[in-house]
This record gives sequence, structure tokens and C-alpha cells, in this order.
Amino acid sequence: MQLQRKDILGLQDMTPEEIGLILETAKSSKDILARPVKKVPILRGKSVCTLFYENSTRTRTSFELAAKIMSADTTSISVAGSSINKGESYKDTLLTLEAMGVDLFVIRHGAGGAAHFAANTVKSHVINAGDGMHEHPTQGLLDMLTILENKGGFDGLKVLLVGDIMHSRVARSNLWGLSKMGAEVRFCGPSTLLPSEIDKLSVKVYTDIDEAIDGVDVVNVLRIQLERMNKGFFPSVSEYANLFGINKNRLRGAKSDVLVMHPGPMNRGIEITPDVADGEFAVITDQVTNGVAVRMALLYLLLGGGGNVAAA
Amino acid sequence: MTSVTRVMDENEIRRALTRIAHEIIERNKGAENLVIIGVQSRGVPMAQRLAALISTIEGVEVPVGSLNVAMYRDDYATRPARTVSASQIPFDVTAKAVVLVDEVLFTGRTTRAALDAIMDLGRPAVIQLAVLIDRGHKELPIRADYVGKNLPTALKEKVDVHWTETKGEDAVMIAK
Repeated sequence: MQLQRKDILGLQDMTPEEIGLILETAKSSKDILARPVKKVPILRGKSVCTLFYENSTRTRTSFELAAKIMSADTTSISVAGSSINKGESYKDTLLTLEAMGVDLFVIRHGAGGAAHFAANTVKSHVINAGDGMHEHPTQGLLDMLTILENKGGFDGLKVLLVGDIMHSRVARSNLWGLSKMGAEVRFCGPSTLLPSEIDKLSVKVYTDIDEAIDGVDVVNVLRIQLERMNKGFFPSVSEYANLFGINKNRLRGAKSDVLVMHPGPMNRGIEITPDVADGEFAVITDQVTNGVAVRMALLYLLLGGGGNVAAA
Repeated sequence: MTSVTRVMDENEIRRALTRIAHEIIERNKGAENLVIIGVQSRGVPMAQRLAALISTIEGVEVPVGSLNVAMYRDDYATRPARTVSASQIPFDVTAKAVVLVDEVLFTGRTTRAALDAIMDLGRPAVIQLAVLIDRGHKELPIRADYVGKNLPTALKEKVDVHWTETKGEDAVMIAK
């Protein structure tokens, strides 16, 4: 089986078979990371451009490493220091870079739908690395790979995402991906940070963390996006920590082999206590490794077939 | 209309593998430093058979692994991306005598990819190639050290090896 698509824009429109293929490919990409020579020649001569309109350490570095391990050439464009600051439009930026021979764009943008726009604008492949509050498919996939490795499957698993659901593209990508694969997804957060039409999604919603955490297999702790917390969503950071922070006591409500995940960067002491973040249930650094593996898999599946998906 | 001819049966395959096992032991003066690596997916059953035969003959355990070469192929620009399953090489190849195993030697391009893949895992003392069928039409200067059967073929013919492990019987077929 191969991936019959030009772009990876989100998990909402993917089939379980496609997600399964990506996760299987990621598992085998991961063994390249453990080798003495972390380099394979498959994407030699391909060029990958990361175009980031928002800050990022791990997603961007992870994509760049994934591309380099597979011998692709990488270019990074950030808003700071580029002609975007001279007023060049998003569309012109994309067309300019495409004209330089970019085969695949990795795009992060503050506006939902930005990756879709790019996919319709350029003939090159596009991978969405986060668009506004919409989706962050590679984060969803790496979270799923981490769960798959530890639990062996998804069927019947209870996965809780806790925190700022409203602003979280990570929560949305996890919800689409996990529910397609047969897991039960729960969201928990202060009611001010739950999206207004959440009842239209197939998800169990809680505002009481102890109720939400009861019997779950996975707790995925979302980052409180302090840069967005100036609109009075909750009275104080310490109140949030008291009511929703994941600590050892709260974790006792979950299954005894619970996995604790966090997409990073962590606010230690706010959404997660340091002893939990560094504790026996945490797989947070494994998530980072799996991020490279998932991105390698996507680059391979999109570019490794010569880009001629239609003829395949 | 396609006609299918059976060119090797179970007994012929068994005898060919037994002979190759003996040749490998003879050439390498025993099995002490030997590791066997099958090229995924079709070289794997033959690699396991050879490892078992050599272990029985010499009384030493011969490590056996499987190698995925998808990331090393030279035809990715013209063919769709293949599903990749991880290589299983649970040993270090450095300073070992590696016997690379594939069922059919055709253009030699898979072998070229496998050689590069092994080199990225370490520095073997020597790499030898064992194949069940050498069907000709090589496009690269690669030859097998151990051959079960030389089978001259036309380019449009298809050589199909069946293993009990995957297809329920041991046989080599040629379809015209």
C-alpha cells in the first residue's frame, strides 16, 4: 500500500489504513535512528523547506533532522530575517520558494487553513506543521506512535487530553487520529478553555479532572499557552495548577500502567508537576524521538515514490 | 496466455541449499565468524534455512538477520514508495563474514542497495552473496559466490520462488 496523496494537512480526512501505514513506516524508520550511521540515501537530491511563521524548536528541528537523515537538502525560512518582513505575501513567498526548486514544504502558520492554502497554491508537497487552532498532524501521529509502542494497539484505550483544549491543534489532531483507530478520547479543561461547539465532536468532555482521569490508559497533558492567557480564561496560573495540574495524587485515579505524555514545551509546576514529568510513567522524551521517526516516514512516503503518486 | 513451468522441486531446492551450506562452511573455514542476512522480504526464508543447515552441520549457532533495502534503492524516482518493515539485525556485523542471501539474482540492483545498507551498519570482514537462482541480465558488476541453479531466462519471463514458510511449498516456477 502507498499513500495516495500529495499533502499531509490533517488527520481528520485520513483513513485508518493511511494512519496505520504511516505508523508502520515510522516504526521501521526509527531503527535508522538507533544505528551508528544515521543516514540513508533515499531522498538524495530532494529539497525540503521549513517555512515557519510561528516559533518552534522541536517540530522544526525534528523535520530538519528527519530530512537530513534521509539525505534531503533543507532550507529554513523564519519570518524574522526574511522578505516576509518587507511585506511579501504568503502566496508570493510560497511561489518564490517553489520556483527555487523546493520539493516539499513544511509549514507552520498562525492561521487555520494556511497549509491547505499552500497545498492549493504550489505543486510541491505540503506537510502541515501546525496551522492556528486547527491541526498539528505530525504531533498527533507521534503521540499515536508512542501509544502504539507502549500499548500495542488502540482499540478500547481511554486517552485523556487535559488543558487548553480550545487553542490546541494537538488536541484536535489527537482526537481525529485516535478515534479513527478505535480509542475513546476524553477532553478535560476549564470551561473557558473548551471550544464552544465541542458537543459536535465525538468526545467525552469533563471539567473535573479527577472524574476525567478515572481509569484512563493515557494522560496527554497540554501546555498552558501562557502567551494566549491574557484574556481572563482563568483567575490565576496557580489556581489552574491546583484544579487541573497533573500530579502524583491525581495520577492514582488512572490505570496503574498509565502513560503520561506532553507535547512540550512543558511549564513544569503548572500543567504538570516535575516529579510526574520525570517519573516512571512519563514517555515525554520518547515522544520526541518518535517525532523524528514519524516525520521521516512522511517524507519517505511523500517523496520516496518520485512524487508520481498518480501513476503509482 | 502465460505458461508456468516448474524448474525446481522440493528435493532439488533442499539439495541445492545443502550444497550451498557446505560451500559456505568450506570457503569460510567453519562457521565461527559467520552471520547470515536475508534481503527482505523474499530472501529471508532462504537465509533462515541456510543458517539452520550450517548450525546443524557445524554445531554452532549462526546468527541470522533480515535487511530492508527500500531506503537504499536507486529506482525510487520511477517506482512508488514501498512499504518498509524494519531490518532485524540483532548483532554487530563489524569484522564478521556476512553471507547476504536473496532468492533470485537478476539486475544486481537490489544487491547493490543491500551492500550499501550493510556498510552503514558496520565494517564486515567480508561480504559474500548466496542466491537460489541466478537468472542473468545483470546491469551491475555483481556476481554471486554461491548459486543454487543458473537459469538463463528471457527478460519478460518471471521467476517465482515459493517457500513452504510463505506459500505452502518449496518450488521454483518460471512464467512465460
